[in-house]
Amino acid sequence: MTALGSPDPGFGIYVHWPFCLSKCPYCDFNSHVRQAPVDEARFLSAFRQELAHRAALTPGRRVRSVFFGGGTPSLMRPATVGSILDAIGGHWEVEADAEVTLEANPTSVEATRFQGYRAAGINRVSLGVQALNDPDLKALGRLHSADEALAAVAIAARHFERFSFDLMYARPGQTANAWKAELHGAIDRAAEHLSLYQLTIEPDTMFERLYKAGKLAVPDPEQARVLWEVTQELTAARGLPAYEVSNHARPGAESRHNLVYWRYGEYAGVGPGAHGRILTPDGRRAHSTERHPEMWLTVVEGEGHGLVADEGLSSEEQGDEFLLMGLRLAEGIDPARFAALAGRTIDGTRVASLIGDGLVERSSTGRLRVTREGFPVLDMVVADLAA
Amino acid sequence: MSMDGCPGDAIEAGGTRAPLGKTPLPCYAPRMTAQKLDNIRNFSIVAHIDHGKSTLADRLIQHTGTVALRDMSEQMLDSMDIERERGITIKAQTVRLDYVAADGKSYVLNLMDTPGHVDFAYEVSRSLAACEGSLLVVDASQGVEAQTLANVYQALDAGHEIVPVLNKIDLPAAEPERIRQQIEDVIGLDASEAVEISAKTGLNIEGVLEAIVAKLPPPKGDAEAPLKALLVDSWYDAYLGVVVLVRIIDGSMKKGSRIQTMATGAHYEVDRIGVFKPKMTNVASLGPGEVGFITAQIKDVADTRVGDTITDERKPTAQALPGFKPAQPVVFCGLFPVDAADFDDLRAAMGRLRLNDASFSFEMESSAALGFGFRCGFLGLLHLEIVQERLEREFNLDLIATAPSVVYEIALRDGTAIDLHNPADMPDVMKIEEIREPWIQAKILTPDEYLGGILKLCQDRRGVQTDLSYVGSRAMLTYELPLNEVVFDFYDRLKSISKGYASFDYHITDYKAGDLVKMQVLVNAEPVDALSMLVHRDRAEMRGRAMVDKLKDLIPQHMFQIPIQAAIGGKIIARETIRALRKDVTAKCYGGDVSRKRKLLEKQKAGKKKMRQFGKVEIPQAAFIAALKMDA
Ligand SMILES: Nc1nc2c(ncn2[C@@H]2O[C@H](COP(=O)(O)OP(=O)(O)OP(=O)(O)O)[C@@H](O)[C@H]2O)c(=O)[nH]1
Ligand SMILES: C[S@@+](CC[C@H](N)C(=O)[O-])C[C@H]1O[C@@H](n2cnc3c(N)ncnc32)[C@H](O)[C@@H]1O
Ligand code: SF4
Ligand SMILES: [Mg+2]
Repeated sequence: MTALGSPDPGFGIYVHWPFCLSKCPYCDFNSHVRQAPVDEARFLSAFRQELAHRAALTPGRRVRSVFFGGGTPSLMRPATVGSILDAIGGHWEVEADAEVTLEANPTSVEATRFQGYRAAGINRVSLGVQALNDPDLKALGRLHSADEALAAVAIAARHFERFSFDLMYARPGQTANAWKAELHGAIDRAAEHLSLYQLTIEPDTMFERLYKAGKLAVPDPEQARVLWEVTQELTAARGLPAYEVSNHARPGAESRHNLVYWRYGEYAGVGPGAHGRILTPDGRRAHSTERHPEMWLTVVEGEGHGLVADEGLSSEEQGDEFLLMGLRLAEGIDPARFAALAGRTIDGTRVASLIGDGLVERSSTGRLRVTREGFPVLDMVVADLAA
Repeated sequence: MSMDGCPGDAIEAGGTRAPLGKTPLPCYAPRMTAQKLDNIRNFSIVAHIDHGKSTLADRLIQHTGTVALRDMSEQMLDSMDIERERGITIKAQTVRLDYVAADGKSYVLNLMDTPGHVDFAYEVSRSLAACEGSLLVVDASQGVEAQTLANVYQALDAGHEIVPVLNKIDLPAAEPERIRQQIEDVIGLDASEAVEISAKTGLNIEGVLEAIVAKLPPPKGDAEAPLKALLVDSWYDAYLGVVVLVRIIDGSMKKGSRIQTMATGAHYEVDRIGVFKPKMTNVASLGPGEVGFITAQIKDVADTRVGDTITDERKPTAQALPGFKPAQPVVFCGLFPVDAADFDDLRAAMGRLRLNDASFSFEMESSAALGFGFRCGFLGLLHLEIVQERLEREFNLDLIATAPSVVYEIALRDGTAIDLHNPADMPDVMKIEEIREPWIQAKILTPDEYLGGILKLCQDRRGVQTDLSYVGSRAMLTYELPLNEVVFDFYDRLKSISKGYASFDYHITDYKAGDLVKMQVLVNAEPVDALSMLVHRDRAEMRGRAMVDKLKDLIPQHMFQIPIQAAIGGKIIARETIRALRKDVTAKCYGGDVSRKRKLLEKQKAGKKKMRQFGKVEIPQAAFIAALKMDA
């Protein structure tokens, strides 16, 4: 069954590993650098406690996907990963063809663990390659070279039937031609899935400071649009069209885990700074945990879970989240589901006007989806439809 | 003085006359009776803005023991929040002081504090009509300013004796001798006996009180003649209903008196009579020369006409007082609720506000773009700003104000004429014979070094210089200017050119025909009526350019390109384009991000609620407001 064919968004589990070897200057993920070795055993028992806590809230769910994200989960020992998967299997029924992904940094050290991850139950890896030339990797503060990253990709290809890797583009000074060449090189080495993110200047990062000080020049919106168009054309031509704003796959090879998010399904998040959306008898709830790793440990050890927010979502909020997520997908959204969640329909005049402008369209089955023209200005389209 | 049955000296009211607040019932003060004329002095305090009128009033209240020291607050007669916050007086206020002078006699002094800002000149004029003398307060560090002149001439016209007071002599920059000379040279008043004081420190307040008693004349009047009283002011008090401020000329009034208003012809029975100390305090009666308040079951402030004569119902006076001409709104703009659903609230708020501010007028208006709202008239731009702020603050409304406009007289080809308050209502040009606009005479006093910049400003605004003279080292400029050019940002520009040192006063002189055209603003080819205005043909291109420039930065990018044009008739005189948004998509968005993204979206949605849709373009409320503050 293809991922896209499934009408039920499903249930997924996200496990956050919050440590990295160094902090990349563009990164705003919940990632921390530690000098002393991390006490994996202590984290493992905290993960087990959190999983038990979430399992009690989600009886009878079937797990479609597990995702180890970070930070750098490929810094975890394979045994730790295996124990976490065992705990999941103990609490829930896991679908036979469940997708079990681990995010890995493509250094040679980490690549040596791939076999161990495979044995522990991981069946898909996602590698943070970021760029295919050394000067850019250096500028991005990465610890690996391009060759090292490609070697890691090759090792991943040997151990995993399914793998993906990430590139960031619209980098300082990047031209359309250079990006085209790089992207061709990436697709040559890709199997079924690629994530291609436009570099974003995130708040409270080193890049933001440099950018504000005028020491970092990123492409202006016009150039960014050109790079975007190049990306869409090239990936489509080579059989890896976008199924989400920044994610490309051969049809059927989409990331099932991220589809749970984008289709606004249910997911439990465990670990520091993890988010979840759980359906309870009194409605959909938004969960998030303590972000600071050691603080999270203390909270979990004291209370049996690390939640710092557990809020009911109003109809309006669910409608907003559904649009924010669902319209990122090429398949778009089902307006009836929006109505069910939000308790109102989407403003017809706004839809008509966006359709008139060629930014949105209706599929033959009545779904509402963003067009090729609409995607580059998606945030504005969403704001319009949500208003 | 203690009053039977009263807990304190006077009623414990929230303020002197809290406009919308509650004022508890006044107590009755049986021993307060009509005063002998010789022992009464009625005076106004007039000055340029910020020269210290309200501070002096505080000291006089304090010095005469009218209010116990512990109950004093700064500028205590400025009772509205907005007055306190801005440190300016908007409503004239009155207070009765009891003073035992050096001659050993007891006097009743009725003080009227007045606003200094030109928009509220009307408040000054009616206070003057209720008094025989004025204290002319001049800041001894700044000297004579434009409103000093305007107000003192008004006081002289009203037949007042004037006592010059040099204030702020505590300041190191104070030059009392030089300012004394200036008063003599510029105003032509004998300033040799001007009282030097510091209202701030309380220095020589006794000197002011003695000068009031010695130099100002007592009122004249005949206690036996039929009642004749001036209706000085009226306002709505949430607790007492309509309160009327009166000055008795002849005869007397007491609780139970049957009275009639001569112009409006209404009949009432006085049910409460008193004075301000500054809290409302009942008295048994008011006689000739006295100033006080009455209530009389009057339903609506609109039933009382300021300047009207009040007389005895059975024994009316033969001759009514001349009265004064009603305050004329000179600046108009539309006020619309940001959220159309708030229209009824806005209507109610306008009604409430008008109860206390009869100088502001409104009538319903509908605009293709902004929906239902009101066309409102104001005494000037500060007045506009204050009314808008009060509506927003006191009634919790979000408003859009359209470009301010003056009242034009339009002569039509068919021989009739109309007053145009709203550029959107302009008749077809083919039907128009000529358009006349109000002109003002402006007096500007400025340190010499800014003269060049100010001349250029006036010239650019179609001004005609009629006089230039010197007051010491300062230039006094007289200009004729179209009001239309002044309502925009003239005052702000003047202040910035002169670093705040120039002062400005004006009054409307007449209407003159001008080559005026209606300039429209088109956003994405749709006319936005709320931004249209009448301009002089020679100034149209400049105004149009300034407007489209400003709008270009105020309207956010859309998914399509937006032309912004200024046009006269079919002719485009200025154009700008807002480029289409090219790239605006969040690159990475996972499960965790959605809460953060949702909060951003909620902000965006709230922002959109404050926008107005014009065709396909959303214009933020801020664009309308900022478009008024054009630096042309
Ligand atoms: N140094 C000094 N400052 C003073 C004196 N009198 C008043 N001020 C200050 O001058 C400012 C203006 O005083 P107000 O009494 O509000 O002036 P006003 O004339 O009533 O102003 P408007 O009602 O707005 O026209 C305030 O900051 C006072 O504190 C004085 O004698 N000396
Ligand atoms: C969870 S992150 C990092 C995973 C892993 N630690 C790594 O660095 O390879 C997933 C991806 O988000 C992308 N990303 C991170 N920060 C970004 C930014 N500021 N702008 C665009 N993409 C970014 C990167 O491509 C990264 O591989
Ligand atoms: S980009 Fe990846 S490796 Fe770099 S700091 Fe962020 S999570 Fe860690
Ligand atoms: Mg004052």
